[in-house]
Amino acid sequence: MTWNYVDIALMLVKILLVFFIILTLAAYLVLAERRILAWIQDRIGPNRVGPFGLLQPLADVIKMLTKEDLIPASSDRLLFSLAPAMAAIPAILTFSVVPMGAPLHIMGHEVSLQVTDLDVAVLFFLALSSIAVYGVALGGWASNSKYALLGSIRGLSQLISYELSMGLSLVPVVMLAKSLRMTDIVNAQASMPFIVYQPLAFLIFLVSIFAECKRIPFDLPEAEGELVAGFHTEYSGMRFGLFFVGEYINIIALGALASVFFLGGWRGPLLPPIVWFFIKVAVFSFLFIWVRGTLPRLRYDQLMHLGWKFLTPLALINILATGWWLALR
Amino acid sequence: MEAILFYILSAVTLIGTLCAITARQAVRAIVYLVTSFFSLALIFYLLGAPLVAAFEVIIYAGAIMVLFMFVIMMLDLGHPEKLTFPKIRDWWPAVLLLAVIAGSILILAVSREPATAPGFTAITVREFSQALFKRYGVAVEIISMQLLFALVGALYLGRRR
Repeated sequence: MTWNYVDIALMLVKILLVFFIILTLAAYLVLAERRILAWIQDRIGPNRVGPFGLLQPLADVIKMLTKEDLIPASSDRLLFSLAPAMAAIPAILTFSVVPMGAPLHIMGHEVSLQVTDLDVAVLFFLALSSIAVYGVALGGWASNSKYALLGSIRGLSQLISYELSMGLSLVPVVMLAKSLRMTDIVNAQASMPFIVYQPLAFLIFLVSIFAECKRIPFDLPEAEGELVAGFHTEYSGMRFGLFFVGEYINIIALGALASVFFLGGWRGPLLPPIVWFFIKVAVFSFLFIWVRGTLPRLRYDQLMHLGWKFLTPLALINILATGWWLALR
Repeated sequence: MEAILFYILSAVTLIGTLCAITARQAVRAIVYLVTSFFSLALIFYLLGAPLVAAFEVIIYAGAIMVLFMFVIMMLDLGHPEKLTFPKIRDWWPAVLLLAVIAGSILILAVSREPATAPGFTAITVREFSQALFKRYGVAVEIISMQLLFALVGALYLGRRR
């Protein structure tokens, strides 16, 4: 592999841009969630800082940074400070394989709007989502608190269970695209997005990513009514902020991947590709907030039954059916 | 460039594994081991085997270690035990093993020509899966049957009496 300086500079610019875009989007998703939830619940929501409350994320960051940084005396200090990073980093890394638009041509260079086009991108995403478990597990364990430990044990078992159905729901997509590469998956949907062929896989993936994000109706790891705040009970200041931002980055990342796998990624009529991509991500983010404002929390046994006895067998049947269809076509 | 990366990664792998063995707390040992799995995965990637790298992270770091962690957290085994230095007479199996390994390396180094690395080829997912399911198809089937037996056996042992 030969690299010249232009390529390296382009790569660096892309990485920095992705960082900037994602962190800004996550900050404003927090604001959007608060405003939309307020609207659903017939409240006003944060509207005081700046026009329409648009500077609220900035105020929140200042608040988080200036708060006292508490570390419980009986905690495991090293793992306690490592856990928030381990929750946020996999979510950010997921974006390195997401194609955000059609390749551009700048000064004779073909620039793909994607940090790296890995050969095993789908597996890379699955690997990162299985690593994201450690943030929850270590955060709860290192805090040395009952509520945190209970929350993280719940989180651990929930994330392991739903990873399975999430991975299995992606198998038909890979079978149709005949590749694990994201650009190939997007190109395979040039004539028709995969949601038309695979509505069942899409639904299974959607339910699984709700569970992977630990959002209502699957927010048992941090159920406020019973566990104070679950696995991040003992966290304060910017360490809590990192858990919090990580959750929202995860929402954006999984929304982006759902649109890549099932809605054709950046493909769409009339508007430029990158605009289509962000419209799809915004639709998924809105769906996440809407569901949070609508549904109650599941019971723990219901959660496990749904994952193991319904979604996973359904995903397996779907793979079998897709295989037959591809063989007999 | 690749050589520098390789040496950094192998140092991380070795130190991580060493820390995993010597760590007193089981959870910390898991974290060190996961670190060494990660750098091992990156070494596989450098060697042109991205699929093996992904499997290394998904299966070892993402599944097996997470299950270990789950068990430790459920049983609350996280508290460090008092570490006692092993007695001299308990050391001889380790010493014997070390002697065998070191002796065989010495014999190999003396008796044979230094091996040259085979030509570098990156393997794509397509080539890998064709080799796996065409050339080694029967072996894959047999191993999957074995895993099924293990699953049924675990279910039998764990069922309610």
